[in-house]
Amino acid sequence: MSLLEIKNLRVRVAGHEILKGIDLTIDSGEVHSIMGPNGSGKSTLAQVLARRETYQVIDGEVLFNGKDLLAMKPEEAACEGVFMAFQYPVEIPGISNTYFMRSALNAMRKYRNQDEMDAMDFLPMFREKVKLLEMDEKLMSRSVNEGFSGGEKKRNEILQMAVLEPKLAILDETDSGLDIDALRIVAKGVNAMRSKDRGMLVVTHYQRLLNYIVPDRVHVLVDGRIARSGGSELALELEEKGYGWIDGEAQATVPAST
Amino acid sequence: MSTNVNTIRELAERDYKWGFVTAVEEERVPRGLNEDIIRLISAKKREPQFMLEWRLKAFQYWASLEASQAEPKWANIKYAPIDYQDIVYYSAPKKKPGLQSLDELDPEILRTYEKLGIPLAEQKMLAGVAVDAVFDSVSVATTFKEKLAELGVIFCPFSEAVEKYPELVKRYLGSVVPYTDNFFAALNAAVFSDGSFVYVPEGVRCPLELSTYFRINAAETGQFERTLIVADRGAYVSYLEGCTAPIRDENQLHAAVVELVALDDAQIKYSTVQNWYPGDKQGRGGIYNFVTKRGKCAGVNSKISWTQVETGSAITWKYPSCILQGDNSAGEFYSVALTNNYQQADTGTKMIHLGKNTSSTVVSKGISAGHGQNTYRGLVKILKGASRARNYTQCDSLLIGDQCGAHTFPYIEVKNASARMEHEASTSKIGEDQLFYLQQRGLKTEDAVSMIVNGFCKQVFRELPMEFAVEAQKLLSVSLEGSVG
Ligand SMILES: Nc1ncnc2c1ncn2[C@@H]1O[C@H](COP(=O)(O)OP(=O)(O)OP(=O)(O)O)[C@@H](O)[C@H]1O
Ligand SMILES: [Mg+2]
Repeated sequence: MSLLEIKNLRVRVAGHEILKGIDLTIDSGEVHSIMGPNGSGKSTLAQVLARRETYQVIDGEVLFNGKDLLAMKPEEAACEGVFMAFQYPVEIPGISNTYFMRSALNAMRKYRNQDEMDAMDFLPMFREKVKLLEMDEKLMSRSVNEGFSGGEKKRNEILQMAVLEPKLAILDETDSGLDIDALRIVAKGVNAMRSKDRGMLVVTHYQRLLNYIVPDRVHVLVDGRIARSGGSELALELEEKGYGWIDGEAQATVPAST
Repeated sequence: MSTNVNTIRELAERDYKWGFVTAVEEERVPRGLNEDIIRLISAKKREPQFMLEWRLKAFQYWASLEASQAEPKWANIKYAPIDYQDIVYYSAPKKKPGLQSLDELDPEILRTYEKLGIPLAEQKMLAGVAVDAVFDSVSVATTFKEKLAELGVIFCPFSEAVEKYPELVKRYLGSVVPYTDNFFAALNAAVFSDGSFVYVPEGVRCPLELSTYFRINAAETGQFERTLIVADRGAYVSYLEGCTAPIRDENQLHAAVVELVALDDAQIKYSTVQNWYPGDKQGRGGIYNFVTKRGKCAGVNSKISWTQVETGSAITWKYPSCILQGDNSAGEFYSVALTNNYQQADTGTKMIHLGKNTSSTVVSKGISAGHGQNTYRGLVKILKGASRARNYTQCDSLLIGDQCGAHTFPYIEVKNASARMEHEASTSKIGEDQLFYLQQRGLKTEDAVSMIVNGFCKQVFRELPMEFAVEAQKLLSVSLEGSVG
């Protein structure tokens, strides 16, 4: 059984059809990358998988570990193991990062009938992960994302992923806004999370990230459809030629099987 | 969406948990208000002449206001006229004569307080909280009296103070809130039946949190308690107040008065967690909470700090204030007011700067959900002699849903040019993006809402004593259940 199976997914937002029939399968252990021009629907796909309710599914099916993902509420999907690193992380004033992370982890543990983790057990583990992402511990007692720089916010998303250890990690442009060192550190964090029990879907505009996180498959999303799929070399080709050359082929090309 | 709607409906139907009625025999005066009733209340309490006279003067003043229809109408609240002749002004659980200890208290009342989780029993000693409990009109038990007495701290029912310490009562009663202050203060002065009295002598730092728990039990009665706290030179006291009431279809009136006096170098910290019955989902029933609270920083370097978490009552009309008379004195007001369903709150503070170098801090957090209407009304007044006075006001509103309202009326009067004033205000809405972010991290809708709200209130919660802060957080979560659809 595949980790994620998307079949003919069509999604409408505010009256417009944004995703026009997506087929995509990800197995555990695989890293897939999604590229594509602005507005092509990459974030929409990510958010639908994370079950954001403002996105209306009009057709298709998504199975996550064989379960009907589209029937899940956002927190259920999260507790089942779907994690999304946000393109634009949200600020929660007055709630410290540490407290937030422990609450999130415990909500998931409770869902899985595991004992909640107390601060004594949580903190050492949390500190490890903070170190892995080379983040300043001081940020952890500050309110979630409040006053964080763009790069700090993105790194914080990956920190959360490291703490929550999802089965499927969707990273939506985690690389944009990062300086060169931060990019390397985030990639290190992501690579440390690569495992045969975990799948990843990495949305990015830049080949640069894929030098660090080498994907098993690359898909190009154009106007709500996967216009082309290939191996990691496809990203290099895109870097060189842009999206224009795919546009023309889009209708004709049958998506490479995945 | 539909799955969400179901859980939300379930939550919304969860009820006010403190709404039970205790079956105790009660003794009450006849319905209505006139001089005879006042005399009867005073006689029941075996009060000295000065008290009776004071009550009668207050009553005459109130009656003149009533006659000229001077019940305050300026607040941003709406309610049907109150028939003051249709209220029972005194109701007390019948007690056996000569109650000596808690063991003799009506077991039904003790059980009520147990249900409410109030540490009345001495075994709760460790909690470090001394409690005075007011059931309907009278104070039924005060714990830790002996321990406090060793330090010279007086903490007792108001009626006992009138009897045992008439000089202190005479000196301070009405010195901060005179009966002429306003309509409800006059009414309270005329009919108040009990409350708490605290006196902390010179140089004593009261080692326990003092606490009063108010419970309205009887039907058709009003509750009019009066609290007076005096901190002598260099003294410190922290005082907590909590309250609940049964679910009843009619509205009940609660018109309390609290007076605080801080002498030189003294400090009083007064915290309230107000959870009177708020009425049902349609806005039927609930307590009218019309309260006058004021503190006087009479001495130099004194400090009075009000912290309130207001989640209950159908209507709240309340402005805990500070008169900063002593030089270098400081006043603080930290408030969380939540209105859900059809609740209305018009609350805030008055900071009156008289002395030099006086400072005041106001942090108000209003949360509106459902059809709730939440108004902040604050006055900062810097008088001529108050050179180098400072005020910082921060006033934030959080809206949940789009049928509720938040209103802000800051009044500023400055008569001394050296004053430094800072004012910040914000209104925000719990955003779908914030909720989704938290849900994506595994939190249920209601936990996500309560996390956002608790974060919003953090500046106020951290002013509360620890156990109260935890209590207040829980209370907010319960009060908000079902507010996001
Ligand atoms: N809530 C919304 N209301 C209206 N239109 C929306 C909404 N969300 C997305 N869209 C539209 O859907 C289209 C796809 O948006 P999406 O964010 O998925 O693009 P994207 O591929 O992630 O782009 P980018 O590379 O710029 O991040 C865009 O045209 C966008 O304007
Ligand atoms: Mg995007």
